[in-house]
Amino acid sequence: MEHKKVDPTNHRKIAVVLSVLPGLGQLYNKQYVKGGLFLLLTAAFFGVFRDLLNMGLWGIVTLGEKTPRDNSIFLLAEGILALIIVGFGLIFLLFNLFDAYKNGEKRDKGQPLHTLWEQYRNLIESGFPYLIMTPGFLLMVFVVVFPIIFVILLGFTNYDLYHSPPAKLVDWVFLQTFIDIFKIDIWRETFFGVLSWTLVWTFVATTFQVALGIILAVIVNQKDLKGKAIIRTVLILPWAIPGFVSILIFAGMFNESFGAINQDILALIGLGDIPWMTESFYTRLALIFIQTWLGFPFVFAMTTGVLQSIPDELYEAATVDGANSLQKFKRITLPLVLFATAPIIITQYTFNFNNFNVIYLFNGGGPAVPGHNAGGTDILISWIYSLTMTSAEYSKAAAITLLLSIFVITIAIWQFRKTISFQEEDMM
Amino acid sequence: MNIKSHKFIRLGLSYLIIGIMFLIILYPVAWIIGSSFNPGQSLSGSSIIPKNASLMHYQHLFNLEETYYLKWYKNSLIVSCLTMIFTVLSVSLIAYAFSRYRFFGRKYGLMTFLILQMIPNFAALIAIYVLAFRFQLLDTLSGLILIYVGGQIPLNTWLMKGYLDTIPRELDESAKIDGAGHFRIFFQIVMPLAKPILAVVALFSFIAPFADFIIASILLRSEEKYTLPVGLFNLIDDQFGAEFTTFAAGSVLIAIPIALLFLFFQKYFVSGLTAGGTKG
Repeated sequence: MEHKKVDPTNHRKIAVVLSVLPGLGQLYNKQYVKGGLFLLLTAAFFGVFRDLLNMGLWGIVTLGEKTPRDNSIFLLAEGILALIIVGFGLIFLLFNLFDAYKNGEKRDKGQPLHTLWEQYRNLIESGFPYLIMTPGFLLMVFVVVFPIIFVILLGFTNYDLYHSPPAKLVDWVFLQTFIDIFKIDIWRETFFGVLSWTLVWTFVATTFQVALGIILAVIVNQKDLKGKAIIRTVLILPWAIPGFVSILIFAGMFNESFGAINQDILALIGLGDIPWMTESFYTRLALIFIQTWLGFPFVFAMTTGVLQSIPDELYEAATVDGANSLQKFKRITLPLVLFATAPIIITQYTFNFNNFNVIYLFNGGGPAVPGHNAGGTDILISWIYSLTMTSAEYSKAAAITLLLSIFVITIAIWQFRKTISFQEEDMM
Repeated sequence: MNIKSHKFIRLGLSYLIIGIMFLIILYPVAWIIGSSFNPGQSLSGSSIIPKNASLMHYQHLFNLEETYYLKWYKNSLIVSCLTMIFTVLSVSLIAYAFSRYRFFGRKYGLMTFLILQMIPNFAALIAIYVLAFRFQLLDTLSGLILIYVGGQIPLNTWLMKGYLDTIPRELDESAKIDGAGHFRIFFQIVMPLAKPILAVVALFSFIAPFADFIIASILLRSEEKYTLPVGLFNLIDDQFGAEFTTFAAGSVLIAIPIALLFLFFQKYFVSGLTAGGTKG
């Protein structure tokens, strides 16, 4: 009865239905080697990962049930691993369904199927990009994607000092952590305080370093200026010295008791006792100065590269038309420089938004501010660090990381969509 | 006459600004070098050119029985070199696939990389700690290297893909007609032309471990496993100021080789970055 119903036009459907167990559809399509291989892979998948899948999926739902036995955080990690593995499994399943459908369709149309040799050639040919990407991609999944998923999920738990494995279990609390951040006074005030300083910091420090870099590049690029090579080398120097070294040196220089800024430089004009490290306002000034010092050489180098590629004829034509230097700068140099370096300048802003090193290494995000649980110069990322490392507010830290990431990603996607690089390129 | 004095003022002003910048840049450098030769541990009452200069801090750092400094130096070099090798390998392969092949999932892959490069992977501190703990990579350099390499992939892939897109595709197509295989085209045609961006990626991934404090400070527990940033920070964080001159000597020894390396490669990456940045 069933045999009669199978008219030639239905091979593709039957192959797909059978392939819900990967391999069966291929066997049905008479591709025995491939089918056997797929069946074997499926069996191996469940054989190897059965325990992890079982444990992980149970763990991620319950986060553990009995204290000495279950460690919620490890269960969460295993759960994510299980989800990632399920994801890979699903990709394989989809590919196998697609393959069964394609070959079934060929049979329906009476076309010959690929021979084993052709299948092999085909796999090498179209599989090459996947093949060379796999090692790096796998590493990235574990080192970058896994932590991101972990933190996203952690933001929805109550993991903190009082709910901390192995002694206690962690539970899902869904949006409670986010509600706390915005409802509890000290958290809300600190959050908005830190956020506004983060924005001010990002905007002011980055704009200073970009402006200084461009201005210096234009100055040094003047034709009749002598000693360009040595000038450029010195101006690049702050970029060449490892950042953490420079920051720690500045921390010494701004030190109130022995630093050179108060002792040697400001003492000359009678201002020897500015509280650089103990009053937020001055610490912030110092930080903006330091970041400008650290960051301008990069913009300087990029701008110099662009300036050297602007043809002289443009300026000559402008001179003939009677333009003065300021007009030439505003109408020729600046637009060309900004156009060419726009993507790099955007990355400078996102970099400073998350510039942990300069904030933390200079003064640990301090000085402390009464009524806040962040330091006076803490930006979001350094606040997250101290919440995690010193006050064990893990779920709050994770929730703030989540907010921060959404913020950065939104801005960056919006910006990148506007840059030419994205429109010009044939994405697909 | 007017033009001449105008030019005089313009150049004079330019040299003045450059002079001020020189002062601002070189003063901290001179100060730290001066401090490193300063005998005694604290800086009180010292001047930028020490009266009785001494090499004692350098000797102290090089003495294996007194400090771990040389150990930290070695750790940092190992981590940096291996991070560089693995990053260049995986990034050039991935970027090549994205630039030259059209395959299912390419568009989403590119989008994912774009988004991932914006999230610093140290934002997920706890996750990295748990992951390292689970795979027993805590307090090992290999764990640190794996995390660095993975973190370097998204951004550098974008940089390199942008550059590879500017290499004409006709070149590899004609090689293909002549019978060259995938790997041959990759190694013998495309990679030699991509040298500037390879230099950029190599240098960036070599420097990155020197710029990272946060991940290293979480993963590395024992003092002899520290990399330079963690070690040096602890050196001055323990008793700030009390060992500042030792710290100064330590930073001079790091800054000089890195700065030289950097200045040497500098010309490559201006061209590499602007080409990749504007077109890709």
